[in-house]
Amino acid sequence: MMIPLEIELLWWDGCPSTERALDELHEALRDVGLGDVPVRRREIRTDSEAEAAGFVGSPTILIGGEDVAPFGTDEEPGLACRVYRRRDGRISPTPDPDDVRETLRRVLARTAEDDE
Amino acid sequence: MSIAIGATAPEFELVDTAGASWSADGAEATATVIVFTCNHCPYALAWHDRIAQVARDYAERGVRFLAINANDADRYPRDSYQAMQARVAGEDWPMPYLHDATQSVAHAYGAKTTPDVFVLDSERRLRYRGAPDSDYGDATQNAAWLRDALDAVLSGSAPGRAETKPVGCSIKWKQ
Repeated sequence: MMIPLEIELLWWDGCPSTERALDELHEALRDVGLGDVPVRRREIRTDSEAEAAGFVGSPTILIGGEDVAPFGTDEEPGLACRVYRRRDGRISPTPDPDDVRETLRRVLARTAEDDE
Repeated sequence: MSIAIGATAPEFELVDTAGASWSADGAEATATVIVFTCNHCPYALAWHDRIAQVARDYAERGVRFLAINANDADRYPRDSYQAMQARVAGEDWPMPYLHDATQSVAHAYGAKTTPDVFVLDSERRLRYRGAPDSDYGDATQNAAWLRDALDAVLSGSAPGRAETKPVGCSIKWKQ
């Protein structure tokens, strides 16, 4: 039996990057053949919610519970816009789509192994 | 409430990371650019180099740049005065980085985001307000809206694009 892949986008309304992140996530999902997989959006509203969710900034994308861009130890949970660095070195408010695709493929492979 | 295009911008006195005091009234400046910015916002960071380059390019023409960080440092320690000092010490800043600890200047200007750019003429009237250019992710944009505004002000005319929507992280107000 195929284990459903849970995809979550955690967001805070102090950042204008949510829609762009969602568009890039949907594009990445289509690229790996998962265009029909739903994305669960979860709004983080308070510092305590951020703390409880381990939310280090908006947007945060979790694929099967795995962050598409693992954060450093100096990043603390809180209501902030998250700083990503793309593979070409540019600073960005959204993760590199290649990192999203790579995480999707990795988690998919792991899920398939677990399913066997 | 934001100040209107053409209105006289509020005066202020803020201290930079070296302890020097700065005001909005740059008596000898041909124009003054005030950029509300911060240390931790991806939009502010993405645009920073472009804005800094404009500051270098227009320095010879008498344009003065003032960067202001108004974020609540209690909730966002990465925007503390000490963090601002550390950042300036580690980078090549062509403009002073001022600390608006009480947030009174950000409130007076009606600043909303980081970055949020205000271009004042030599009489401290607001001539442009908004984003540096149309896309934080495209360095080739080269802060074109800011440059266009400065070129207009320096030639004594009104910028064709006087106001754009500031894009970035919300300023972190004290609660």
